[in-house]
Amino acid sequence: MTTDTAEPMEAVGVAATADAGFLQRYGASIEYILIPGAALVGALAVFGAFVAVYGKNPLDLYFYMYYGAFGTWFSWQNTLTRAAPLILTALCTALPAQLGMVIIGGEGALLIGALSATSAALALQGAAPIIVQIAMVIAGVIGGGLWIALSGGLRQYRGVNETISSLLLVYIALAILNHLVEGPMRDPASLNKPSTREIGAANMIGTIPGTDVHWGLAFGLVAAVAAYVLIYHTTFGFAARVAGGNVRAAKIVGLGVGRLIMTICFLAGGCAGLAGMIEVAAVQGRTNANLAAGYGFTGILVAFLARQNPLAIIPVAILLGGISASGGLLQRRLGLPDASVLVLQGIIFVFVLASDALYGRIGFLKGKS
Amino acid sequence: MADTSIGLWTVPLAVLGGAIRVSTPFLFVSLGECITERSGRINLGLEGTLVMGAMSAYGISYLSGSPWLGVLAAGITGAVFGALHAGICSLPRVNDIAVGIALMLLGTGLAFFLGKPLIEPTAARLPAIDFGWWSDIPQLRAALRINVLFLIGVAIAPLLYWAFKTTRWGLLIRTAGESADAARAMGHSVLLIRLRATMVGGFLAGIGGSFLSLFYPGSWNEGLSSGQGITAVALVIFARWDPMLCLWASLAFGGAAALGPALQSVGITSGYHLFNAAPYILTLAIMIITCSPKRTLTGAPAELSITR
Repeated sequence: MTTDTAEPMEAVGVAATADAGFLQRYGASIEYILIPGAALVGALAVFGAFVAVYGKNPLDLYFYMYYGAFGTWFSWQNTLTRAAPLILTALCTALPAQLGMVIIGGEGALLIGALSATSAALALQGAAPIIVQIAMVIAGVIGGGLWIALSGGLRQYRGVNETISSLLLVYIALAILNHLVEGPMRDPASLNKPSTREIGAANMIGTIPGTDVHWGLAFGLVAAVAAYVLIYHTTFGFAARVAGGNVRAAKIVGLGVGRLIMTICFLAGGCAGLAGMIEVAAVQGRTNANLAAGYGFTGILVAFLARQNPLAIIPVAILLGGISASGGLLQRRLGLPDASVLVLQGIIFVFVLASDALYGRIGFLKGKS
Repeated sequence: MADTSIGLWTVPLAVLGGAIRVSTPFLFVSLGECITERSGRINLGLEGTLVMGAMSAYGISYLSGSPWLGVLAAGITGAVFGALHAGICSLPRVNDIAVGIALMLLGTGLAFFLGKPLIEPTAARLPAIDFGWWSDIPQLRAALRINVLFLIGVAIAPLLYWAFKTTRWGLLIRTAGESADAARAMGHSVLLIRLRATMVGGFLAGIGGSFLSLFYPGSWNEGLSSGQGITAVALVIFARWDPMLCLWASLAFGGAAALGPALQSVGITSGYHLFNAAPYILTLAIMIITCSPKRTLTGAPAELSITR
């Protein structure tokens, strides 16, 4: 836990405009960009070698990855559309990380959020779209929030490890979703792919004018900035970071650790639930098993790569959204299996964690590792 | 249930058969994780190891025609993943839980990638021993068709219990898990002990995976393991790091996991997905009952980050 808890403290030094030593401040921020960047390059090199063993040209690979992710306006839009839920699911891991908790159940909160939002929309059929949309946001946030708050509560009041409980809850959420979608909530017209009824075209949240990117991206950006402000510029966030650094100290100065854990976990789950709501209201239009697309798991990687910093999550989510957007092109042009994106994500994750060992060990003047 | 009218007895029989059949991967992963955690490290990546083991076992069995070669390949793959976990964890300031999550994702991704061409072909499967020859009831005979790997797993549990208690290696692993300083003071490398413990743990988890693809359900596809690995890791916690308790807990879990298919076989299909989630709900329920915020768990290795 040392790495997770030590990090926000130093990030404060970066964020504070005050009189911290210029070199110290500058060195730390360079390190936070340089080391994950080097890890990313290393991971890409290993993935290139892996693909070369598989009999494909790594240079083609890099080109198509770039082209499929950021090469054209079309791929940019695809990338941003995928980045939107990733920002939110990454917050589901990054917010509890401020308290030193490792929550990996964003996928479950996303599914529950999607189910809640769909239920709200179906219950309010006939109401004005804006009412339905607001109700969907509220339902999604509350559904996802309670789901992760359950993990937080179990940790605080029963001592159950939150990493394991949140992951178990993913499978339970998936079972609930499949049960409802194939049973009580099934649209009789959905034959091959059991789904709920559609929320209605009028209730979809639509795209940002001039683009094909849906409004979910705006939700994600606002949530990330709000999380950043909450963690680094409010008393509440300060209390959370104190508790994350040292629980005993937090208790001695009278912080309500239980309340902190429950609130943070609720907010974290609420973000992932919002991601589920967006996937329903902007992409799928209904709830079905398509929602379990792995955004929750990729979000964990985004959070770790961003070193649990809510603002850094935005560019990292765009980067990983780009990698997943390029998956289709890799499949078509290079004949790589669709799982190649998963392999690359796994390699990146391993490299990023291994690179934790480098912090504070290279003077920034020495440059690359 | 068509010709012999034993009616609802089908359900407990199917659960019994399931307890024996479905429990095997739980058993191997939990025993492997038990060794790793006793040495003071937690490997959450066994979910990925399980899937990698299943894929490599199926691939090697298909290519060589020998399922046992497949089991060996699965074990070796698992050990390699264990070595990777231990290797990264031995770097300073690296968190073992996070590395486990990374290897969970990497293992599943790699298995899906490399296993793509294996979805179509049929590989040689592991044989089963028929213990139900004396019975006329087909359901009972089906329940008692037991795989050799299950018997091996059942034999490993008491062996491991004995090894932890009495052998030099068992003592070393426990020392590394209880106090790294003490192990160091005795002149042993904690990192090396943990590397070996994680590799053996990965080896067993890989074999657990081979059971999935080579016996039950007995084919390779991407939905083969959904959380069995992580459930088994949780199982070790409430088995109190005791190999014998791991055995009983695995059997209970196998029974719970067999409940859904068993009820489906007698025509109860509503709530099928909920019954399929029974192992996860059971895990969570048992963890809620047995954990406590006040004290560390009895039997928990003191060096384990998860019980902090």
